Amino acid sequence: MYELKFDESECLSCATQDCLTRCQYMDIDRDTAKAEILKIARGEDSFALHDCVTCYACEEYCPVNNHPFYLIVEKQEELDVPPLPRPLIRRGIQTGIPFRGEPVIEEVNGRALDMGAFADLMYLIQGKLFDDLPVISTDPRKMFHYFCQLMYLHYARTSVIKERLPGILQTIARHNVTEVICFHDECYGTYTSYCPAVGIDVPFKSIHFFEFLYNRLNELRDEITPVNLKVAYQRPCSSRLSSDKHHFVRDIFDLIGAEYVEREYVDENALCCGGTIQGQRREGSRKRAADVQRRNIEDMKNAGAEVCVFNCPACYTTLGRLVAQNGIRPIFMSDLCRLAIGEKPAGWR
Amino acid sequence: MDSVYQALVDIVGQEHVSNRPEELFIYSYDLGTTEPHRPDYAVTPRTTEEIQEIVRLANREKVPVVPLGGGLSLAGLAVPFKGGITLDLKRMDSILEVNEKARYALVECGVSQGQLTSYLERNYPHLTHSEPGAPPTATIAGNVAIHGQGDIAQPYGFNSDMVNGLEIVLPTGEVCKFGSCSIGSGWFTLHPLPDVGLFLGWSGTTGIITKVSIRLFPGRRIRGVGQFVVEDEELVPEIMYKLSHTQMTEDIIAFSQAIPPFASGLQHFTINIAADSEKELEFKQEMVWDDTLGEYIRSGAGGFLGFRSGLQRPQVSKTSDWRKGGGFEYVGSIMPVDTYPECYRRGREISERHEIPYTVLGRCVGTAHAMMFSWTYAFNRADPETMKQAREALHETDDLVLELGGTIWKPGLYGQKLVMERLDPNTLNLMKKIKQMLDPNGIMNPGNWEVS
Repeated sequence: MYELKFDESECLSCATQDCLTRCQYMDIDRDTAKAEILKIARGEDSFALHDCVTCYACEEYCPVNNHPFYLIVEKQEELDVPPLPRPLIRRGIQTGIPFRGEPVIEEVNGRALDMGAFADLMYLIQGKLFDDLPVISTDPRKMFHYFCQLMYLHYARTSVIKERLPGILQTIARHNVTEVICFHDECYGTYTSYCPAVGIDVPFKSIHFFEFLYNRLNELRDEITPVNLKVAYQRPCSSRLSSDKHHFVRDIFDLIGAEYVEREYVDENALCCGGTIQGQRREGSRKRAADVQRRNIEDMKNAGAEVCVFNCPACYTTLGRLVAQNGIRPIFMSDLCRLAIGEKPAGWR
Repeated sequence: MDSVYQALVDIVGQEHVSNRPEELFIYSYDLGTTEPHRPDYAVTPRTTEEIQEIVRLANREKVPVVPLGGGLSLAGLAVPFKGGITLDLKRMDSILEVNEKARYALVECGVSQGQLTSYLERNYPHLTHSEPGAPPTATIAGNVAIHGQGDIAQPYGFNSDMVNGLEIVLPTGEVCKFGSCSIGSGWFTLHPLPDVGLFLGWSGTTGIITKVSIRLFPGRRIRGVGQFVVEDEELVPEIMYKLSHTQMTEDIIAFSQAIPPFASGLQHFTINIAADSEKELEFKQEMVWDDTLGEYIRSGAGGFLGFRSGLQRPQVSKTSDWRKGGGFEYVGSIMPVDTYPECYRRGREISERHEIPYTVLGRCVGTAHAMMFSWTYAFNRADPETMKQAREALHETDDLVLELGGTIWKPGLYGQKLVMERLDPNTLNLMKKIKQMLDPNGIMNPGNWEVS
């Protein structure tokens, strides 16, 4: 069975305990943080297991890449401290079950874009940026065969991830792909962070979607007209697993003439969209989520953002309408990039 | 030349009568499992007077008449079992009056749900009506005639409870009005005149509705839907009871289905909440999600899936996608809310026995006075064997409804027979007398509610 590579001694010698002291949803001092993370590491109960909103951020805050978030969710499962009510966990686990037949496997023999469990968002990969790029997981009926499963971190069900993920990797590998551009951060985080952390081999190289977009924009540099928009970026939880690629957000904005507005809740201090918080078992979760959303959007407004850029469809679903109601236009990153090269995404005015 | 055909042409004009097989074929079946029967004529009248003339002709010629609204009942209620004239009422599609202050709309019998919805949205956005889960082409009159329920059923009850007045062409051709309109007043109330109550739930066997006045209700500026889920079906009745006690919701539906897998074995609630301001919306949300359902969330027995703007109506028709061939039919029932767990479990058993993915749904009607519970069965239209399977499952479910102490909603012929077997003999006898008195020649939608 796959086992998490977590080294308790790293936490014992850690000078900052950033994993918990920097948490935006728990107020914990350094001494308490050390005591609690060690309790968790040793399989003991901790209030942090109960209060964690599963935002993934501690995975980025940890200075030695010791996987505190993966540890927390593993222990939540082991100690039966589910962050969500039981029916939501069951519902979530059942959501990922493929039920409409086997996918059609076409051999790519090279690089391909993997839509993962978002085959119904093919409209987001239109135009020159994606010319001649083979795509896998294009059929919404079959997309759960490509579902990276990492969503189950929110459900404290790493057992499900470990059980299903090898089969998903096999399906992707059957396309004979050498490089997989992951449409969603979560897939990229799965293949480059979670899999190595638990010892699952990934038979292809993964490329972050923003890195791909940045490189394509560079190839089309002559066609870029600055978009001249003030933009905020809704950073998704799973991007915490690929913080080394986060610079591409700013790089893309620089390249296309978008002004990345100065905010309080930006980059490492980004706030969760609230989607997972609102359903949690803890008292007041709905209001807590609403408060996080309110602070987040107020911050965007105060910074003068005209546009809120998304990469995660779940964030978009949770927050898109709310930002629009507040006078900020929601747009996906790929569509923003298309604007820069003179293409007009559907619905953009 | 066929004399009935010619007489019909004389009444409505040639372009509104057909005896051509390819057009009659369309009128020979509905979307459910009922065996098709072809009418001899299809007629699309435009006026009440034309309907009167057609009915008089039918009496003279002893030809059956089958009134047809949107044709979406699924239970074969407008299949012409004994041929005759199918009276397609869709051309009678005028919205005759909207009385804003008294909150009602007077419509002709062919006005569809979608037509009234869009008319109100354009002209009276602060008024709404109770639109059912059927496609928007379902008619207002057809829906009240079958005792339908819509998306404000929780506070206001059945759509047939919202009738303020009716105009009917009797089986012998006379026109009758019921409610305040019958004494020359407006169409604002059905009460308090003597109750004759002879035309709703009779499947068009006692007359043809030509006009209906339907109540309208406050249409809130913000309407949205939240979802809640539990594993234990035993919790559904008490949750419906508690939610309806708050009087903060417009619609409460619980459902469970085998496909897609996320819904299997779980009981999902869709709960519609409406408000005129964000402040009112938050107050109602707090009452519903935090105060009423909070105990289930904290104990881990129930989960909140979020709230979104926009209405969501039940879409059992999607069930047809889960089996090759695109067919589906359901048994609807009106049940006490506390039978939900048994309805769910027994429904699953029937579906599994017939190898059909199960789909069940319960909609709270009138402050949980009852629920409409439905069991839906998918079949392949091109495969008689799967249609037979579905038909058997439907019949077993009709039996189940009565066994569990409920009543069958808009029953087909099999269900009507079961109901009549159980009906109080005096009631049954009265039904027989009423039918004989109103329809001495037995021309109205024969086959339905035939008391032997």
